[in-house]
Amino acid sequence: MIELRVNGVLHQVEAGPETPLLYVLRNDLRMNGAKFGCGMGQCGACTVIVQGKPVFSCVTPLSSIGAREVVTIEGLGTLAHPSPLQASFIAHQAAQCGYCISGMIMRAQALLAANPHPDEATIREHMEPNLCRCGTHMRILAAIRVVAAGEHA
Amino acid sequence: MTRHDDRVDISRRAFIVNGALVVAFATMAPARLLAQKVDTLGTVILAPNLPGSLKSNPFLDAWIKIDDSGITVCTGKVELGTGVRTAMLQIAAEQLSVRPALITLVTADTARTPDEGYTAGSHSMADGGTALFNAAAQVRFLLLTAASSRLGVPVSRLTAKDGEIRADDGRKVTYAEAVKDIQLHRQADATSPAVDPKTFTLIGTSLPRVDIPGKVTGGAAYVQDMRLPGMLHARVVRPPLPGARLKQLDVTAVEKLPGVVRVVVDGDFIGVLADDEWRAIVAARALTRAAGWTAAPALPGYAGIHAALRTLPAKVYPTASRSTAPVSTKPAFTCTHTKQYVQHGSIGPSCAVAQLADGTMTVWTHTQGVYPLRGGLAEMLGVPLDKVHCIHVEGSGCYGHNGADDVAADAALLARAVPGQPVRVQWMRDQEQLWEPYGPAMATDLKATLDDAGNLRDWNFALWSTPHNERIVNAGRLAPATLLAKPFVSAPPVPIPNPEGDADRNAVPPYRIPNLDVTMNFVPEMPFRTSAMRSLGAHINVVSIETTVDELARSVGQDPVDFRIRHLDDPRAVEVIRTAAREFGWPYRGTDDRKAAGFAFSRYKNIMGYFAIAVEVAYDPDTNAVRLLRAVAAIDCGQIVNPDGARNQIEGGILQSTSWTLYEAVDFDEIQVHSNDWSGYPIMRFSQVPDEVSVHIVDRPGLPFLGAAEIAQGPTAAAVTIALSRVMGSPLRDLPLMRHAPFGRT
Ligand code: FES
Ligand code: FES
Repeated sequence: MIELRVNGVLHQVEAGPETPLLYVLRNDLRMNGAKFGCGMGQCGACTVIVQGKPVFSCVTPLSSIGAREVVTIEGLGTLAHPSPLQASFIAHQAAQCGYCISGMIMRAQALLAANPHPDEATIREHMEPNLCRCGTHMRILAAIRVVAAGEHA
Repeated sequence: MTRHDDRVDISRRAFIVNGALVVAFATMAPARLLAQKVDTLGTVILAPNLPGSLKSNPFLDAWIKIDDSGITVCTGKVELGTGVRTAMLQIAAEQLSVRPALITLVTADTARTPDEGYTAGSHSMADGGTALFNAAAQVRFLLLTAASSRLGVPVSRLTAKDGEIRADDGRKVTYAEAVKDIQLHRQADATSPAVDPKTFTLIGTSLPRVDIPGKVTGGAAYVQDMRLPGMLHARVVRPPLPGARLKQLDVTAVEKLPGVVRVVVDGDFIGVLADDEWRAIVAARALTRAAGWTAAPALPGYAGIHAALRTLPAKVYPTASRSTAPVSTKPAFTCTHTKQYVQHGSIGPSCAVAQLADGTMTVWTHTQGVYPLRGGLAEMLGVPLDKVHCIHVEGSGCYGHNGADDVAADAALLARAVPGQPVRVQWMRDQEQLWEPYGPAMATDLKATLDDAGNLRDWNFALWSTPHNERIVNAGRLAPATLLAKPFVSAPPVPIPNPEGDADRNAVPPYRIPNLDVTMNFVPEMPFRTSAMRSLGAHINVVSIETTVDELARSVGQDPVDFRIRHLDDPRAVEVIRTAAREFGWPYRGTDDRKAAGFAFSRYKNIMGYFAIAVEVAYDPDTNAVRLLRAVAAIDCGQIVNPDGARNQIEGGILQSTSWTLYEAVDFDEIQVHSNDWSGYPIMRFSQVPDEVSVHIVDRPGLPFLGAAEIAQGPTAAAVTIALSRVMGSPLRDLPLMRHAPFGRT
């Protein structure tokens, strides 16, 4: 058994220590937000926040998390009470298929938590690791920009 | 392990043997117009006079069911990330005069919904939307008629709203009551009660997408998110390249790995089932190491692919021909364009869940066509059609025929080995990029002349391509079925009939040209399986046409936008061109010689949505970096159902087409495909995204829905190519424009 703290809740997980966090979140903890995209740290679909930093959960072994807090999109807000960033993605209709979007939101969330008012260049540079195949980038940027400007605060 | 030696998959495709291209020919189906009574999406036409998909599903109750539990609307179309679910809801709710929330919408399910073939080709609104629009209007009218007899008042004194029909004296009948007096199992009429589009309260509004809130808050939204009780996780192991044969595989060690439930080996088809996903992955990796394969036949290689295309046996299809004026004596303008293989490149690799229970194989799939897939699976499994049930569940955006159908076949084959237990199969990244059907490599030759007045006079266009339509018409179109010990044979490829077109989609220029000749060379056999990818041949065809028109206009000192307008008779085409030009600020007056603009237009398939676009690009000769700065587009897709949804689609199309055009090519040499992950197949990233993209809608209330999903691909590619050619000072004719062999490999 390995202890894992996700969204403020401490879990006892049976998975082996080498298991990537992604599979622990999706299967052991039955969460949907973190997505499998490449399993190689190339696309960001699996992005979650570990101790304030965006990480690729697909290449992060369970054993490397230790006592650090994991935050997934399920920990930001709910359907009834979305977080400001989630609400902004809804307001901008910033999704086509939406498969990349949880990862996009988590990467942006990590930036905004550390730097609440990033400029455009900082946002783009920070989002660089995450891929979207549908071409939703303009709306993703717009959704982040509005929160970064404090218009949702 | 035994299998038949006449390996069919191979005999259908062409390979290099001892340096020479060889091809084993399957007999071609003779004519592309064979399929008279079947539409281009694979459905049978039963009532040709009815609107939209009512042609193939003429009964009203196939679309709309009303009872005490409420209103159920069925569509054979599926959500591919285009917002189609929301748009269908808007249409049905508008015409039934109810709030969208009162409708339960069921999308493609072979047990519940009409067979609308594939969700593809920008047909969803034109076919499915039109069918619902009419079916709902007719059902509403029948309900009103029934209420009129019940209440003894004329229809003119009745109002239908939110499931109730009220008379002006205050009495009311619910839809569920009224429906008891009528028979919805009846053929639709060819015409529906007229409605004034001015009265619409839902059609034409930007109803927020119903699926987005769940998707951004961690809801279960995709087939990847399914968790059925007792579900096993599976992985497949594929040959390193198509055509490699399994030489040896000892599975005993893998069978003993923790969590492994079963290893399935059937010919060259290999899969492993485990009680946990990560354990399935670990076992699949062990199987990959344990398997020995024969060498695959040699490939023509990236650099040789277009020469190979022109050399291989081809079936020649004259696409258009006219001769109405003397041939020009002016010198001819000629050019050749090429395009490399491209990948759909879904962010989420293909996935399916299957379960064999009570003799029925149920498959949850993100296919574009549940009915065609059911046919392929039934043949593969050797069971009657009614023993296979396909249910659509969303996947990652697919942009055409990707691995969705193949992974459904994987899941069915593996679920057959463990009756009763649900099996989830998830492809890995390299499998998605090596085994999805690619968008074809193509080549085009164009020769054109102007007359003395500077008008287009002669136009000769020839193109070479492999199939864009290897959809599931039999089991052999499913990759896993071709790997079995008793392999299935893919049906011979047949191009899509005109006017829709296949490789020759949009090969005929939209302009007034007296002498015209357009020919498609259809190459049925090539090393890679190719199939439908957003806009098919329109991508390179529109690039070829529009770059030529641009150069010809400039050669006689004319503005390329004015030149186009002078050659167009269709006022809707002219209006989108003028709108895009005006909103962009055309003619472009940039003074920075590191920036330039380009303009392009096409009407998708020459019969669907109109699209014009102006772009501005920047090029830095010192770093060789290119960026699209600004794109301004105008569309006319007939009556717009959801303006914001259409804009979202078009914005995405512009970015995706720009990515294809600048960067995308499958990297392969004689022995290997190197584009097996995102480092080997780079696509647009945030640093390459434009500063501004705007989409202007020319709405046409009351006119037919035309669809928007694919209309941006060709013209965007053309405008980017034109702009980049201008800033670089010489014409660019090989796609992708900014990434070429040797791709930084050593
Ligand atoms: S799935 Fe983790 S980076 Fe792609
Ligand atoms: S919205 Fe489909 S991949 Fe980003």
